[in-house]
Amino acid sequence: MSETPLLPCCSVRGLTKNHGEIRATDGVDLEIHQGEVFGLLGPNGAGKSTLVRQLTGLLRPDAGSIEILGHDVVRHPDRAARLLGYLGQESTALDELTVALAAETTGRLRGLTRAQARAQSAEVLAELGLEPLAARPLAKLSGGQRRLACFAATLVGERPLLVLDEPTTGMDPVARRAVWSAVERRRAERGTTVLLVTHNVIEAETVLDRVAVMDEGRVIACDTPGGLKALVDGNVRLDLVWRRDAPLDVPAVALLADRVERTGRRWTLRTTPEEARELVAAVTTGPAFAALDDFTLATPSLEDAYLRLGGRHGGLAK
Amino acid sequence: MTLLSPPSVVARPHVQAAPLAPVARLLPALAAVYRAQLARARVARIPLMFVASFQSIGILVMMRGVVDPGDNPSARAVVAGSSVLVVAFVALNLLAQYFGRLRATGGLDHYATLPVPAASVVLGAAGAFASFTLPGSLVTAGIGAWLFGLSWAHLWVLLAVVPLAGAALSGLGAACGLLAPKQEIATMLGQLGMSAALLLGVLPPGHLPTAVQWLRDALPSTYGVEAFARTFAARPDWAAVCADLAVCAGVGVLSLTLATWAYRRATTR
Repeated sequence: MSETPLLPCCSVRGLTKNHGEIRATDGVDLEIHQGEVFGLLGPNGAGKSTLVRQLTGLLRPDAGSIEILGHDVVRHPDRAARLLGYLGQESTALDELTVALAAETTGRLRGLTRAQARAQSAEVLAELGLEPLAARPLAKLSGGQRRLACFAATLVGERPLLVLDEPTTGMDPVARRAVWSAVERRRAERGTTVLLVTHNVIEAETVLDRVAVMDEGRVIACDTPGGLKALVDGNVRLDLVWRRDAPLDVPAVALLADRVERTGRRWTLRTTPEEARELVAAVTTGPAFAALDDFTLATPSLEDAYLRLGGRHGGLAK
Repeated sequence: MTLLSPPSVVARPHVQAAPLAPVARLLPALAAVYRAQLARARVARIPLMFVASFQSIGILVMMRGVVDPGDNPSARAVVAGSSVLVVAFVALNLLAQYFGRLRATGGLDHYATLPVPAASVVLGAAGAFASFTLPGSLVTAGIGAWLFGLSWAHLWVLLAVVPLAGAALSGLGAACGLLAPKQEIATMLGQLGMSAALLLGVLPPGHLPTAVQWLRDALPSTYGVEAFARTFAARPDWAAVCADLAVCAGVGVLSLTLATWAYRRATTR
């Protein structure tokens, strides 16, 4: 990524949108480079979808500018449809069509001829392993299969920018891999840029080049996943799951009691690797060990970074 | 700059505007939407094809108990009204529900993020819903003519009545679905429209109070019913039939224009 000159694909400046009293996007600035997989991460209500709806021309901002590949999308919202492919969260427009017809019709509506739409649709279905489902209506597929079929429709009629709103929700690992391979192939072969909306932190860590973390309509940080994780200063996360109540008569456990974040029987602590090692030694012997059901020690994740950034929610992972 | 600072606004390399992908032209896009919607009949055939016909045939059987068979105005009104009711059920009621659901669930975003003319989405869907009604209307009219001892000679006129009444009613149905602020209201409007077509179309107009007759005259489906009912005569007044169909066509143009405007309004906020 870093050797090639970074040409902007999508430049957002001071983007503001109010929904009544609520400021859904609050002066958002973003620069997405051509050919990168850029993520928008944040909890529900953070403003991700509002931002995406403005980028795709579905929603007019109250203030600010959006430029996609040199086109002013605020002034000409109709151009967005000619520059980007959008995968929204809903499939109701395609639900009663077969997978093949959904992809082909979407291609036709992207301006392809019937022959082109049919050929591209067949290619994409083969690429995503959807051929066995081609003749089945989307409404009769599982949630993950339906999502994959909608993703296929998004790819028919090539666009330099793909905007994918939680594309892998409900998918099994095979389908997820098919999605990320298809994205990677388009990026490698055609320099396609991808804007991905997600609150799946694990996925975000593995597929994104850069990520913007949103909270309450603002971008609270924007960096590579590694850069964001560096924010947590090398701290690790220790999870302790007790069989029943925590053995507070054990001194080390009693000391922890006020510092941990509790979720039912699970205690979560973010601390230095040295202290974590000592604590693991303390709880894996004697009466504490007898009361311990499970424990995990993990390196920092994007979720930890998000919490460190001061996000108002307790976590992002679903 | 720290990670918490907003991204700095630096001088950006000048980007030459990328070429825009072509837009979908009106007729090919309309054909694609129409074809896709027709294919829905395979999945949603129970409500689309059968429920509407069963309802109309049930009304025919029920009215056979109170209306004398033979060529009389009441028998003509019942058969013509029941046949056009199939169109009202699907093109007005189900289309209003379809667009209402699409709008409420965000399904319209799919079309709104494709470079497709608004008219092609509305006309393609309206045309397909109107097409679903043709077999049901023909079957209802055939059974009705047999039950009431009316002539089958001019049933072919349904080939004109269904598309024209279908245009008028589907335009209204689409407009109701796209303008209703909530999905429930779209459903209610569609069902109210269909009930009006049922009550005011099937009953012989001569027996209705004057105020209700005015209401009947204001309903576009009435002109489809009238046009079809006239053709049961041994020597139909074709000029009057054409005049009634012209009203359907005129209302169709207006209601579909309204529906196209409503679509644009629903997709650009």
